[in-house]
Amino acid sequence: MTFNLPKATPETAHFWNEVKKGRLTLPYCLDTGQYFFYPRSFSPFTGSRNVEWRQTSGKATLHSYVINHRPLPGRDVISPVIALVKLAEGPVLMSNIVDIEPDPAQLNLDMPLNVKFVQIEGVTVPVFAPEGA
Amino acid sequence: MSHTATSMHGGNISVIGAAETTEIGSLPHMSMLDLHADAALNALADAGLTIADIDGVATAGPMALEVSHHLGINPRWVDGTMVGGGSFMLLVRHAAAAIAAGAATTVLITHGESGRSRIGMNAWERSPESFVGQFELPYGAEFPYTTFTVPALRFLHERGMSPDDLATVVLAQREWSAKNPRALKRDIITRDEVMNAPMVAYPFTKEMCCVVTDGGGALILTSAERAADLPVGDRAVYLLGSGEATEAPLVSQMTETGSFHAFRRSSAEAFSTAGLDHADIDHLMIYDAFAHLPLYGLEDLGFVARGESAAFIAEGHTIPGGRLPMNTNGGGLAYTHTGMYGMFAIQEAIRQLRGEAAAQVPDVRTSFVQGVGFYFASGASLIFSNQRP
Repeated sequence: MTFNLPKATPETAHFWNEVKKGRLTLPYCLDTGQYFFYPRSFSPFTGSRNVEWRQTSGKATLHSYVINHRPLPGRDVISPVIALVKLAEGPVLMSNIVDIEPDPAQLNLDMPLNVKFVQIEGVTVPVFAPEGA
Repeated sequence: MSHTATSMHGGNISVIGAAETTEIGSLPHMSMLDLHADAALNALADAGLTIADIDGVATAGPMALEVSHHLGINPRWVDGTMVGGGSFMLLVRHAAAAIAAGAATTVLITHGESGRSRIGMNAWERSPESFVGQFELPYGAEFPYTTFTVPALRFLHERGMSPDDLATVVLAQREWSAKNPRALKRDIITRDEVMNAPMVAYPFTKEMCCVVTDGGGALILTSAERAADLPVGDRAVYLLGSGEATEAPLVSQMTETGSFHAFRRSSAEAFSTAGLDHADIDHLMIYDAFAHLPLYGLEDLGFVARGESAAFIAEGHTIPGGRLPMNTNGGGLAYTHTGMYGMFAIQEAIRQLRGEAAAQVPDVRTSFVQGVGFYFASGASLIFSNQRP
């Protein structure tokens, strides 16, 4: 069994280093006052290099999802709930929802979530769990 | 040859050859490049032309030079723009621009894909260092059915719709495929059968996902002036307008999850370049790898208002006898889907405008074709007519 492990690039290395420390840190455009995703060394809003890293609250809401019933044989998954989560700071991320049954009756759009960090084959990745779970 | 640059739109450029591979479905005896060749030779026969007449080649998938060489063509113009399964819509407008500018005279556009049998296919691997590899693949957003589908619940939720509305799309398109002997799925089924089919990725059951086939198609474009001099000139179909747009290569980075802005932008440009409005469109093709795409399409292209797409289909407006016949070959959901379905949507539009479709709509004068590609990463629109303005 195997995961699709992410591999950092220079522009994303800080993101992954922060994740390893249990922090969800995103790039922030100082000109427009907006976070952005995925990380790059300039603002996709303005083209300016006037950006910095800022730790986020880790709070999000469930934006959309599917529940995968057809896993690839031999592929490990964190959760069958493949979701878009909308961070309190604005950006939308692909992630997994954990600590909840993969049941549409329990997975309500806009439900509050918190970031959580899991290790897959030694690599830490951010996932999300229902608030209070 | 002398040439004066002209507009790529307004009917100056025409499709004079259009054909699919002799067979579609499961074709393990044909490689990907042979599917290109089979479709190309059929399109040449359709146009009454030969390899020697082609001076431009465009394709997506293999390199255009591979297809050119395979067919024995030494082109003076090639295009390999690759933006996913809707690339062929862009290639049509790029070819039109090239012909209008004098960079090519007669362009062959090919598609071939061994999507089911995987014979002679190029590997499609994504690096773990790519942004998709870093931020989507680790979560299982790896296949079309676990990636392209993820935004759908948001679309439905924002409009007070439900998965039942995805079934509505499937039922409507079966009304068309039931009339099409080449369609893979021809049985009329019930709403319960769609909803209770094996779940692939909730809310998508198997019937809400496209079929997976082998096949191909090819188009030949030239100037309307030259078309008029050809024996097949009376079957020419004219490009009135077109548009293309790209968005995010990551589904999570769509500008708006519940609306596809590339659909909005490409269709707006197609309407404005054609000088037409929605009421002028007789026939509509919307690339449907999954059942949510016709819902996004109807709304983002502006054929219906926000939130009205499912009701519009449920009321019967897109089925045989309806006022906006849509996906009249049965679509990717029921007709065929090789992986890059765009070519087949264009082929059906051409057949309808020539009056040669299996499920022919009466009195079609205009057809709007909408492509999508790499999930929600690209959109392109074409407006064709069988009458030169």
